[in-house]
Amino acid sequence: MHELSLSSAILETALRHAEGRRVKSVQMRIGTMRQVVPDSLGFYFDIVTRGTLCEGAELEHERVATLLRCESCAREWRPELPIFRCPGCGCGEVEIAAGNEFDIDSIVVEENEETKCIAPR
Amino acid sequence: MHRTKVKVAEDALDANTTIAAANRADFDRHGVSVVNFMSAPGAGKTTLLERVLGEVDARVGVLEGDVQGSADADRLSALHLPVVQLNTDSGFGGECHLDANMVRSALGDLPLEDLDLLVIENVGNLVCPAEFKVGEDARVMVSSVTEGEDKPFKYPLMFRACELVLINKIDLLEHLDFDLDRFLYHLDAVHPGVEHMLLSAKTGEGTEAFRDWLTGVAKTAPAPA
Repeated sequence: MHELSLSSAILETALRHAEGRRVKSVQMRIGTMRQVVPDSLGFYFDIVTRGTLCEGAELEHERVATLLRCESCAREWRPELPIFRCPGCGCGEVEIAAGNEFDIDSIVVEENEETKCIAPR
Repeated sequence: MHRTKVKVAEDALDANTTIAAANRADFDRHGVSVVNFMSAPGAGKTTLLERVLGEVDARVGVLEGDVQGSADADRLSALHLPVVQLNTDSGFGGECHLDANMVRSALGDLPLEDLDLLVIENVGNLVCPAEFKVGEDARVMVSSVTEGEDKPFKYPLMFRACELVLINKIDLLEHLDFDLDRFLYHLDAVHPGVEHMLLSAKTGEGTEAFRDWLTGVAKTAPAPA
């Protein structure tokens, strides 16, 4: 998927939460069902952040494996193919318990205030 | 200088979701039902709309999304419906999908108070449009028999994102090795029980069902505020 516009969306969110502070890193959770290539994301993030408070920030991500859950028998499984019928009871009502995430968990910022010198003059 | 970890806990596409909700509110206020119409390039979206839109029992408008040009809008304007062309960039190359913000930018050009149904014909693309809601009530995709039986496995998000899957170009079946049963089996595996229709935009076979489906969507809009 086009990681360029996704990177712009991440930048906008990070800047909003940074509130004028320099961003050192962004922590994301990306589900394996999402149509995104994390390495590409990092590449474009480096480009879109130039000249912003996120310039040079590291884009870190945790990959979340897909977990499906049958709404009929509550069986859970990690699919190898995108098959959404329960392998146990065959029910087609399946919940995506994990794997759909494209979340920004947190950012690490550098505080602006200088450390005040408290030594006696 | 010390560092602080700031909790964010947001979906990175929150901004699009927010704008999509604003679009939806505007559509609801005018009592307009909205269908997001998607497919790979060349599957037959525009031809299907040419075939059925004039016969839908509702006041219909079209928001036509393409990277460039107005070829599809020009074709559909022959139906004497309100048609607005949205190009995803003003030059060569642009976004490969419509997002909520782009759709919002075109709302002012559409006579929403005079419409019951808005069809948003998305940019031809089986990947990205599935990820970007634009404020629609329903999502429909077209998969043509010339694309092969494995399409649902290759593009599961798109096939799962839609409430209706149209299988187009059935007039070509006799010339192809396409295994329709296998395709339907794969479709059911990826999106169990999804409504689907077999049709041909070229001959008209099966298109009445899609016309009636669109009429049904148009009539289920909330009453204008």
